[in-house]
Amino acid sequence: MEYLLQGFIQGFKLLFSGNPETYSAITTTVYASTLSMICSLSIGVPLGFLLGYKTFPGKKVVRTMVDTLLSFPTVVIGLVVYAFLTRNGPLGGTGLLFTIPGMSIGQTLLGLPIIIAMTANAVESLDKRLPMTLLTLGATPVQMMWATVLEARYSIMLAAMAAYGRIVSEVGISMMVGGNIKWHTRTITTAIALETGKGEFAVGIALGMVLLTVALLVNIGAAGLKKRAVQ
Amino acid sequence: MKRLLIAALSCLIIAAMALPVMAAQTLMMATTTSTANTGLLDDLIVPKFMKDTGIEIKFVAVGTGKALKMAENCDVDVVLVHAPAAEKAYVDKGVLVDRKELMYNDFVIIGPASDPAGVKGMGVAEALKTIAQKQAVFASRGDNSGTHKKELSLWKAAEMPVPEKDAWYIQTGQGMLPTINIANEKNGYTMTDRGTFIKYADTKGGNPPLVVLVEGDKVLFNQYSALAVNTAMCKDAQYELATKFINWMASPETQEAIGNFKLLGKKLFIPNAK
Repeated sequence: MEYLLQGFIQGFKLLFSGNPETYSAITTTVYASTLSMICSLSIGVPLGFLLGYKTFPGKKVVRTMVDTLLSFPTVVIGLVVYAFLTRNGPLGGTGLLFTIPGMSIGQTLLGLPIIIAMTANAVESLDKRLPMTLLTLGATPVQMMWATVLEARYSIMLAAMAAYGRIVSEVGISMMVGGNIKWHTRTITTAIALETGKGEFAVGIALGMVLLTVALLVNIGAAGLKKRAVQ
Repeated sequence: MKRLLIAALSCLIIAAMALPVMAAQTLMMATTTSTANTGLLDDLIVPKFMKDTGIEIKFVAVGTGKALKMAENCDVDVVLVHAPAAEKAYVDKGVLVDRKELMYNDFVIIGPASDPAGVKGMGVAEALKTIAQKQAVFASRGDNSGTHKKELSLWKAAEMPVPEKDAWYIQTGQGMLPTINIANEKNGYTMTDRGTFIKYADTKGGNPPLVVLVEGDKVLFNQYSALAVNTAMCKDAQYELATKFINWMASPETQEAIGNFKLLGKKLFIPNAK
């Protein structure tokens, strides 16, 4: 119990004292997860649209695969990305190992299945008359897609929130691909792992609270966006 | 499809923008959890090296086994580890060169102050045999780290099989401090390096529930060394920076600073560069 209380007090102190180490971890977390979100949304939404909108042979198999990938453990993704990015690996020349973009590649892979599956679901559950209407209005395929995605925007925003929640809280990829390097790739979650490893449980709890606060701020921001979109 | 390509490309471009940052003078180091957890690197080595040479150290703290593997994969330029036998194997393979001994501390066997198996003051071999006989809980790192390798060699020296499958022998697969905490929760014993133990005692306000029971045996000596990655194996390894770092670590001034690095008034590492 003492840990918890100390952690709460220390958490507030960390947040409001402007402790450079904590803020470096916060910036890294926000930077990495934002980069991952941009990538998974810009790749995942079109793919999800195709999967939900088009009919093609083997569609069921692809759906099952995407759904399976939803439960991909983050350490396995970390391991695979590490194996690709290590200097002797196929993508070793890029020098992305132990960098934030390297971490983002792994996190993008983590977020993609969520975005794809939920976007596909959203597109499928839209009014079936929508594409017909759009076609009669003479929409090009790209316009069709934009109109459909726009129609499904709340569901897609929900997908984005779910993906963000998973990305911002994962530790396996950040630890293996990022390496938990102070001032560079140390995120809040890897810092928690480190502090717990050092026996500093109170600092760990404090950082956990900081992460929750960051998540809360992002959610409030998203809710605000949604409200403005509705009006 | 085109949009998809553009999206993927722009992701790569963002990623590529981060590359020039990497080109600055930074030394990549793989090291053991003990040097990181005790604060030696964060509080002394990294800032001091930056101040003295302008070179930034980025270090990844993993077990010695993984640190050496990272060197073999060309992911780092230098390693700071503590498993002489394993180090020599990598030197023989040609992965690492210029091994330099820098500092040491010693291993100790710690356990509950009540000492349920009664091993206090024994030699290492005798203590391990007694723990096994009484089936007292013993927490092992089990992670192929330098400490784990040392522990395995001690069972061998005690002429006992490693109690891999016995219920009282717990393999945590975690770093030293988590392992000490697990040993504590289970009211058992474990082996640790003295630096980490002092750090542990420090987090417990100088009054730790686990205390040193076996120490001073010659076999418990724990040598830390730095080795540079061989450019013949990894053409991109920054050999020059690695050499600079190793020599800087061995310089009288840094050696003195290492000797002065204390917690609870106790030295964590004793410099011994030749």
